[in-house]
Amino acid sequence: MRVDQVLVDGVAAGEILALDAPLSFWGGVSIESGRIVDPAHPQAGVSLAGKVVVLPHGRGSSSSSSVLAEMIRIGTGPAGIVLDEPDSILVIGVLVADRLYGTRCPIVVASTTPEAGSIWRINGAELELVS
Amino acid sequence: MKLSERDRSLLAGEMGDAQKIAMELLIAVGETDGAQTLIDIEMAHIDGCSYHGQAGVDFAQMLVDGGGRVQVPTTLNVSSLDLLHPDLYKGDSAVAEAAKGLMDHYVTLGCRPTWTCAPYQLHDRPSFGQQIAWGESNAIVFANSVLGARTNRYGDFMDICCALTGRAPYAGLHTDEGRLGTIQFNIVVPGSILDDDLTYPLLGHVLGRLAGSRVPVITGLDERATEDRLKALGAAAASSGAVAMFHAVGVTPEAHSLSEALGNAAPQQVTNLSVDTLRNARRELTTAIGTLGAVSVGTPHMSFDEFISLAALVEGQTTAVPFYVNTSRDVLDRAENAGVMAPIKAFGVTVVTDTCTYITPIMGDIEGDVMTNSGKWAYYAPANLGVSVVIGSLADCVASAVTGSVVSTGEWS
Repeated sequence: MRVDQVLVDGVAAGEILALDAPLSFWGGVSIESGRIVDPAHPQAGVSLAGKVVVLPHGRGSSSSSSVLAEMIRIGTGPAGIVLDEPDSILVIGVLVADRLYGTRCPIVVASTTPEAGSIWRINGAELELVS
Repeated sequence: MKLSERDRSLLAGEMGDAQKIAMELLIAVGETDGAQTLIDIEMAHIDGCSYHGQAGVDFAQMLVDGGGRVQVPTTLNVSSLDLLHPDLYKGDSAVAEAAKGLMDHYVTLGCRPTWTCAPYQLHDRPSFGQQIAWGESNAIVFANSVLGARTNRYGDFMDICCALTGRAPYAGLHTDEGRLGTIQFNIVVPGSILDDDLTYPLLGHVLGRLAGSRVPVITGLDERATEDRLKALGAAAASSGAVAMFHAVGVTPEAHSLSEALGNAAPQQVTNLSVDTLRNARRELTTAIGTLGAVSVGTPHMSFDEFISLAALVEGQTTAVPFYVNTSRDVLDRAENAGVMAPIKAFGVTVVTDTCTYITPIMGDIEGDVMTNSGKWAYYAPANLGVSVVIGSLADCVASAVTGSVVSTGEWS
């Protein structure tokens, strides 16, 4: 399927993790493990590492850019992110990680979300089912 | 994107590598926000000086190596260290060293070492209508809503890119139309509730949950919603949600009337908030009521007026549990010069500056729950510190500290 908007261009594949509630990366995610640690989040304990994370917009702290960049640096970050609206706090985190470490986590905006658990690839402006 | 001659010169690296990198990132992010052009900003506030790992240090190092200098007056947010009281830090020394290195980088870039999450409490704060670029979610919502200055929600890295170029993408809350409210909340509570400090962070918590990133318009507040109460409201709304601006009709500067705040359009949604809604919020922000282990107030940083209130509340008493007050070095200096601190020190508080108790290991192992008057502290501390939290007004926090067990008065008892 075609996405609505490409925020950060790139290619990445991973298992779909569809979050049921907004998430602040700072204060909500452990950098070391990639897991959600916000006790109020319905998916507390779930890991974002290597997943294509479907996020119903960001929330909370402006430090989320730093946290996302650091997760990408140490390898606990998502493979890619699908948003329901643009979020520049996540975009700048990804662009800085790409510039510093050459690891790109593509971000797209899409109104329809792929099924949780299946493997999808973000490929520029296309979302493709892998398996 | 349409660029000015100066923008193109920065982009070409004619003012150095740091400015070139900053302009490249500014354009890339601005395009995703739908900005057609960049505008001049008059001030910046940097959240990126707070340490979250090597990535932040590497980025700042790259800007320092590239000869970066901020182009507008730029203040710095809290970091992980209290430079005035370094002995308070109980964490890893390698982390402290890295955090100090990051702080030094931002000072080298020309930022003022203000180390506060409440730059709106500094003397030279932004004025109505000024275009600025601020990081730190509570400062963003305060600047837009209470001061009428104009900033988007800038994340770490983006804040310094704006400061290094003196520019920001013209979109969202920088524009007239982006500032209009789209969702309405009517506060339907007995008048006495608006006299209670605790009402405001609870209200903010509810707004954040329901408004997400939209601009809410609140009706039913009045002159009792002081700056400090609006600070508490905004900080909570920017924690539970992504609220970057709210209007309070008859209170905030772009909401003389409901129709002005909504831009003469119908709201997408109208919700009435009752005392029950606030009670639910209090339950959500209170993870346990057992033994009182400590009290922490001043998130966002305690203002001069709040110090005066605290001094009156604690006069002649002493605390039975560790009692932390977070503030800026600037406000502390003013409070000390005004003679406000004597009863507070006699009460037994630990004053924390430059940082905050919920982002860095200062409190150590607490046996029992921590009581706070902050919706933001209550929201983040359980995950950050592994503590259970009770929320209460400043007066109840003091009464609890004196007796050594949780006291709740008024509507919340």
